[in-house]
Amino acid sequence: MATGTKSVRWVEEPKVGLFERMYLPAIAQGLSTTVRHIFKPQVRTEGYPEEEPKLPPNYRGVHRLNRDEQGRVKCVACYMCATACPAHCIDIVAAAAPPEWKDREKYPETFVIDELRCIYCGMCEEACPVDAIELTTLYDLTGLSREQMMFDKEKLLSVFDQTTNAGTDPVRTKTGHYGPAAELPK
Amino acid sequence: MTEFHLTYALLLIVVVFATVMTSVAYLTLAERKVSAFVQDRVGPNRVGPWGLLQPLADGLKFFFKEDIIPSHVDKVFYFLAPGVGVATALLAFSIVPFGPTPPPPAPVAITADTPPDVAVREYEQQLADYGSHRPFAIAPGLDIGILFAFALGSLVVYGIILGGWSSNSKYSLLGSLRSSAQIISYEIPLGMSVLGLFLFVGSVNLERIQDYQVHHGWFILYQPLAFLLFLVSVFAECNRLPFDLPEAEQELVGGFHTEYGSMKLGLLLMVDYIHMITTSFFMAILFFGGWHFPGLSGIEGTLGIVIKFLVLGIKVLFFLMLYLLVRWTIPRFKFDQLMALAWQVMLPLAIVNLLFVMVVLEFKMSPWLLTVTSVVTFLAAALIATRERSTIVSRPRLPQPVAA
Repeated sequence: MATGTKSVRWVEEPKVGLFERMYLPAIAQGLSTTVRHIFKPQVRTEGYPEEEPKLPPNYRGVHRLNRDEQGRVKCVACYMCATACPAHCIDIVAAAAPPEWKDREKYPETFVIDELRCIYCGMCEEACPVDAIELTTLYDLTGLSREQMMFDKEKLLSVFDQTTNAGTDPVRTKTGHYGPAAELPK
Repeated sequence: MTEFHLTYALLLIVVVFATVMTSVAYLTLAERKVSAFVQDRVGPNRVGPWGLLQPLADGLKFFFKEDIIPSHVDKVFYFLAPGVGVATALLAFSIVPFGPTPPPPAPVAITADTPPDVAVREYEQQLADYGSHRPFAIAPGLDIGILFAFALGSLVVYGIILGGWSSNSKYSLLGSLRSSAQIISYEIPLGMSVLGLFLFVGSVNLERIQDYQVHHGWFILYQPLAFLLFLVSVFAECNRLPFDLPEAEQELVGGFHTEYGSMKLGLLLMVDYIHMITTSFFMAILFFGGWHFPGLSGIEGTLGIVIKFLVLGIKVLFFLMLYLLVRWTIPRFKFDQLMALAWQVMLPLAIVNLLFVMVVLEFKMSPWLLTVTSVVTFLAAALIATRERSTIVSRPRLPQPVAA
């Protein structure tokens, strides 16, 4: 349908009266708005490096590997997270648990997450049967090379220590709602 | 002849140059801060406390940037343009009395009571008195006064035209063409609006105009319409919004300075700010009595001078703030609206206003009458503008259904 037919809605120009034609009152009105903003600034900018943003407690940031009460890594190297991961960024090498660890058969010998590859979807956390892996509210971990951004087991455990010390445990799993396999038979 | 103090004048030039340049630098910061506050942002705050060293960083950046000269430019004029712009803008400041400066003596009339030799002696005495003051102006007592500034103001357009033309780029050329039309158009209401003041004072010397207001009251009281016209014209002369067509970032990239970089661009940007400072001084001195403020101008001595400096400074700051605030208040004019405003509105208003000034002065009527006529003229102009106009766009006839 060509334009100029019924699809075009014709709008009449509003009538401009004497008050508008004087312009000055309108300009004064506009200036008063401008000046009001000068004296009552409504700045909502966060000064980032000096001012930390308040993230929602369920923010999905850098991963951490949780420790149990004895300080051991909680992970049982079941590969559930690596299987669930849509970005294939988790690389686990499992090994037989030390004989004194009575509660499990396996533990992760290495546990590497490529933080550059991760899409921070939280599927690993959801898949983990023992709540060993969690996404924290840390958002500003940086590195100078791609290699530095491959976080190994020690690094991920240190993230646990860091967040626990800072009191910023993620809310999703600290409620104690563990997965079905979390409470292993003694 | 007035005595000419060479060292004093040189010293003054250095001080004024440094002050104007620093003011320009901090105006850019003020501009950015004001625009930030108006738009609910923070503005530059990284360099120094509250970003106070930002102008320094900007200046350094301009100096250390790679100076790219596009191969398609006309090199001579390309280099000349920023120089012409800044030099003329700075020269215009030389006549501004930026502090308390006495008016140069008026010629003594030779009458029957004062024979030529007496009159000459009296005049020389007055000149000697005048010369004993240290004037706060680089070119004090210049008889052509503000005409000098107007003449230089129209030379500034050469900076823009040369820059735009020599850049050999379409955006630049369009920007400079618009600018030439705009500045030439607004020169006329600019000059016409202050003619009334010259008729009152009988001189175009800024110190005399200022002195007249000290004794007879500020001109804003008698010539509000002239002030309005002058204000709008200087906005156009400075290429400030709502008249920033030469730059027009939205349509013309950078306008006439699209092809410029590094310090040459810096100089071109400086021109507008120097103009803003000069014209703010003109508005304060021509219409708001310069350093005069009721009750504060009687103070003598050093304290008096400081107070007068402060009074003038506050008036100038007010106009500079107005420049910055209007930018974020009024949207830009279209080119036809710009031309219509200058030729169809401001020029007739200026002529009518001038006519009233002539009538009042000729018949020795009260100057307050001009306040009334100014308001009446303004309202009449608004009333004329409200008249019904034929619209250009007419509703097309709907196509009739074709019979089967």
